[in-house]
Amino acid sequence: MITAEQKPLKEIIEYISPYDRILLVGCNECVTVCAAGGRKEVGLLASALNLNCLKQGRTIDIKEITLERQCDPEYVEELVSEIDRADAILSMACGCGVQTIAERYKEKPVFPAVNTKFMGASVSQGIWAERCQGCGDCLLGITGGICPVARCSKHLLNGPCGGTSNGMCEIDPDVDCAWRLIWERLKALGMEKRYEEIMEAKDWRPAGGGGPRKIVREDLSL
Amino acid sequence: MKTESRLEKILASGNLAVTSECGPPRGALPEKVKEKASLLKDHVDAVNVTDNQTAMVRMSSWAAGVIIKQMGMDPILQMVTRDRNRLAMQSDIIGAYSLGINTMLCLSGDHPKFGDHPMAKGVFDLDSVQLVQMVKKMRDEGKFQGGADIQNPPKMFVGAAANPFADPFELRVMRLAKKIKAGADFIQTQCIYNLDKFEKYMKMVCDRGLDKQVYILAGITPMKSAGMARYMKNKVPGMDVPDEIIKRLAGVSKEEQPEEGIKIAVESIQRLKEVNGVHGFHIMAIEWEEKVPQIVEKTGLFPRPVI
Ligand code: SF4
Ligand code: SF4
Repeated sequence: MITAEQKPLKEIIEYISPYDRILLVGCNECVTVCAAGGRKEVGLLASALNLNCLKQGRTIDIKEITLERQCDPEYVEELVSEIDRADAILSMACGCGVQTIAERYKEKPVFPAVNTKFMGASVSQGIWAERCQGCGDCLLGITGGICPVARCSKHLLNGPCGGTSNGMCEIDPDVDCAWRLIWERLKALGMEKRYEEIMEAKDWRPAGGGGPRKIVREDLSL
Repeated sequence: MKTESRLEKILASGNLAVTSECGPPRGALPEKVKEKASLLKDHVDAVNVTDNQTAMVRMSSWAAGVIIKQMGMDPILQMVTRDRNRLAMQSDIIGAYSLGINTMLCLSGDHPKFGDHPMAKGVFDLDSVQLVQMVKKMRDEGKFQGGADIQNPPKMFVGAAANPFADPFELRVMRLAKKIKAGADFIQTQCIYNLDKFEKYMKMVCDRGLDKQVYILAGITPMKSAGMARYMKNKVPGMDVPDEIIKRLAGVSKEEQPEEGIKIAVESIQRLKEVNGVHGFHIMAIEWEEKVPQIVEKTGLFPRPVI
């Protein structure tokens, strides 16, 4: 999923300070799972903003709403009935959600309330870690199910580098060396031989090097 | 002979090669390059010129290499994949070769985190194995990485690094094999302090016959003090410094520690000279270049053969 973290309150307040009526929009998908921008966080942020305004002796009108999926125009359409009563929109979805709103409601300013972080998985309660960089040409089938692009600090396709130490990455003793993990998996699978096959220089076009990426499914498009 | 490289000629002649290292200055100071290189002039076959070593900005390795070349010495152009994509690397290789540089060392490079621009984006378009492949393809096939023909392709003698001490140990020989398969002509190793472990590694290298496919230069860095030894042990990723080394240095007075460090380096070279598959030494005396001649002389590696 896509992970996110709320921005510092100060930054959010700066964005919305010129406006009196705010439409605060959460999303029911990834940001709900990583507890950054779901219904609950929308409520908490609204209270925090209200309190802050009270302290400054001004009032603010915050309308809370959480959409099923903010990156989908169909759901973003639901804001139509609320939009006229708002001076600005504050979105708690990932960057994709923010942009879907910006595209639909061109006349209203929209501000992000979260920083979108990475595509990751839940490691344990309250901890998420990066697992994929969407390189567009997945290598997991030959790397034992561990991603060298997202999890090796140097994206090495023929690691490990000489800096790996006690199985951890040279950048931080708390970060697993991806290539140690790959090697352990290959061994467990009896695929040690695969390690000596050189992985050729990667074509980075599907990874974004070829410009903004798009999927067109003719079988599905109208 | 694949190239005009002096290092290749020395190695092919069966002599033990000696290389050393020169870190370019952090400023437009060509005199500093000359100063350092002149300390090594008659005692080494070639001088590695580091490429933004430890991710700190320095004079570019090819520019410093050209200065060294003009002094009548042979630079080894170090190139890390951290700072340039494949276009930039290939143009620098052609440029360096056009200015007389014919030997290079391919590395991935320390992570930007360790340097003075930790906020920089590491490039890593290629890794070190793929860089070796690219330089070999430029030389042997006369083709760019992208496939187009090169007019007058650069003929580089291609080196790569090996760290026999990084984890997991069982992978180290396989990784060397991979670099050889990619096209490495010579290897310079990480600094060796744990000689037993290195000998074990070399035995595995020879058992696979890899010593017949590549020239291996053993890395030697003299310790200046017990403090330096402790620092290398604890702070430098992938470094194996046995406690005996630290104890030995700490066992003499502060003033005598540099001398003891040189002694250890000399003894290491003497012992490693006898190890099967060792084709020479890469003596990296970091900011201590003036000691290199002494080490070369004391180990009987002087005078250098004239080729
Ligand atoms: S190889 Fe590419 S697509 Fe597969 S997990 Fe890694 S970044 Fe994602
Ligand atoms: S230590 Fe491992 S994860 Fe870190 S950069 Fe080196 S190979 Fe990649």
